[in-house]
Amino acid sequence: MNKRAVFKSWWLPVLFALPQLLLILFFFYWPAISVFNWAFTLEPAFGGAGERLFVGFDNFRDVFADSEYWRSVSLSLFFAFTATGLSMFIAFILAICVDRQLKGSSLFRFFYIWPYAIAAPAVGLAFRFIFAPESGLIAVVNTWSPDLWNPAKYGSHAMILVIICFAWKWIGYNFIFMTAGLQSIPRSLLEASSMDGSGPVRRALDIQIPLLAPTLFFLLVLNLTESFVGPDTYGIVDLTTEGGPNKATDVMVYRIVSEAFRGLNYSGAAAQSLVLIGLIMVFTFIQFRFVERRVHYK
Amino acid sequence: MIERTPILNAVTYFIMILGLILILGPFWMIFTASTQSLQEVTAVPFNMTPGGDFLKNVHAAWDRANLGPALLNSLITSLLVMVGKIALAALSAFAIVYFKSPLRHVFFWMVFLTLMLPLEVRVIPTYNIASDVFQPVRWIIQTITGIELSLQWNLLNSYSGLVLPLIATATGTFLYRQFYMTLPDELAEAAKMDGARPLRFFIDILLPLSRTNMLALATIMFVYAWNQYLWPKLMTTDASYQTAMVAMRALVPSVNALPEWNVSMAGALIIMLPPLVVVAVLQRWFVRGLVSTEK
Repeated sequence: MNKRAVFKSWWLPVLFALPQLLLILFFFYWPAISVFNWAFTLEPAFGGAGERLFVGFDNFRDVFADSEYWRSVSLSLFFAFTATGLSMFIAFILAICVDRQLKGSSLFRFFYIWPYAIAAPAVGLAFRFIFAPESGLIAVVNTWSPDLWNPAKYGSHAMILVIICFAWKWIGYNFIFMTAGLQSIPRSLLEASSMDGSGPVRRALDIQIPLLAPTLFFLLVLNLTESFVGPDTYGIVDLTTEGGPNKATDVMVYRIVSEAFRGLNYSGAAAQSLVLIGLIMVFTFIQFRFVERRVHYK
Repeated sequence: MIERTPILNAVTYFIMILGLILILGPFWMIFTASTQSLQEVTAVPFNMTPGGDFLKNVHAAWDRANLGPALLNSLITSLLVMVGKIALAALSAFAIVYFKSPLRHVFFWMVFLTLMLPLEVRVIPTYNIASDVFQPVRWIIQTITGIELSLQWNLLNSYSGLVLPLIATATGTFLYRQFYMTLPDELAEAAKMDGARPLRFFIDILLPLSRTNMLALATIMFVYAWNQYLWPKLMTTDASYQTAMVAMRALVPSVNALPEWNVSMAGALIIMLPPLVVVAVLQRWFVRGLVSTEK
């Protein structure tokens, strides 16, 4: 889509775009080039000065040979799919209910959006308390039998906790988009089908869900990307489990940051970063192709 | 909507109320915990009625996490990000949409590609460049001319360091681009016919028209900036520049100390309140901004 009426000047657009251009060059592209550089090179031995050593794919080989890396990958996959599924499922049920526009449903809608306003670390802190083994909501199960629930001790419990945090926070976001998607379905379609004798459930299954499919797909890709590489995952893990216990919640984003800053393994972290960037590119490409196609349908 | 379905309506209400408990339950627990004494908050099972220690807990959290300056830092950063992002987005989208130049595609794709470089994957080099912004400039000048410059600018522990990397992201630019695309071409034609230069058109026509857009973008950017965690955490080693989100870490009860969740929750409540108020009060704008940026 292009504008017919445009201004002619070669230096004005450059001038207007310059501030943002400089910022992304400094804070996105230069760091990205460094990541690329680090991923294929090593610091000179003994911290000596001089050129970095080009080592080809050695850093990648080291990363891929590490069984802990693959554990982190599978943890991330598990986390991403479960959290996305849970969050989207709940948000979808709520959105369908609210969209029936019964009396008072706008009040429900008002509250359902709230979780999106809460920062991931704050969600993490709050749920850490709510699901704490010694106090809070769930602690009561430990009075029946000790350590029935203890995310500080059992990896699987910690993973459940992190998934719940992420899913809860993203209910708000998913809900916003699903209600927007449902609202854009023409009411006349629903009315026509009810004239033909279909009930609300049939309408939901045969009209609302198929027409919402583009939105659902968009949300699916977005949720997966966010849970895989998003800042929320980092914030939640950092405030609840710090990757533990025994690295049971050491998801890829958390691992990269902690490896680089605590382990000071820049080259290894950079190689892992490149793998993640590749994954994001795949996700974004799918998203973009899909969005383009939908524009054509309109 | 159309027919009478009393049973299904009851089921719908039941699910919606369950949803409400799921969403508001955590908020209620945070609130009640923040009003209880240490003894009450550690009671099992948890007592869901508020106690009377709210102010005491807030006071304790305020001291422990140094919340006064932290909240102020968060506010300053968020407002700067908000304003800076809107200004940058409006300008650069204007350059992309309203000028015929081969560069505009290059520029559009450069902005687009930043979506694939989230902070977590470039965190160390970004930290590096923030500690020495002119590093690439020096490097380029040195490789071209061989002159070694001693130009330095350190962004760590400063507001510019907190703000600049955050306003460079793509979301706002896309929102504005989308908005400019929906405006009729005749608008620019008429303005040109009347002899308006690009800058006049931008200031007198585009900006006033984009007021709703601006408000929408402002709400989401405020929430976005307030809730930033990783970046401020890394780059503020000096406690006087810490934002509230980073300061919250000091509220996590440590393993060997008293489990003072009442104090933690009081602090968390204060820290999460500003974006919550923005979302609740300006919900219409917030939702509009969110829905239109992500397409």
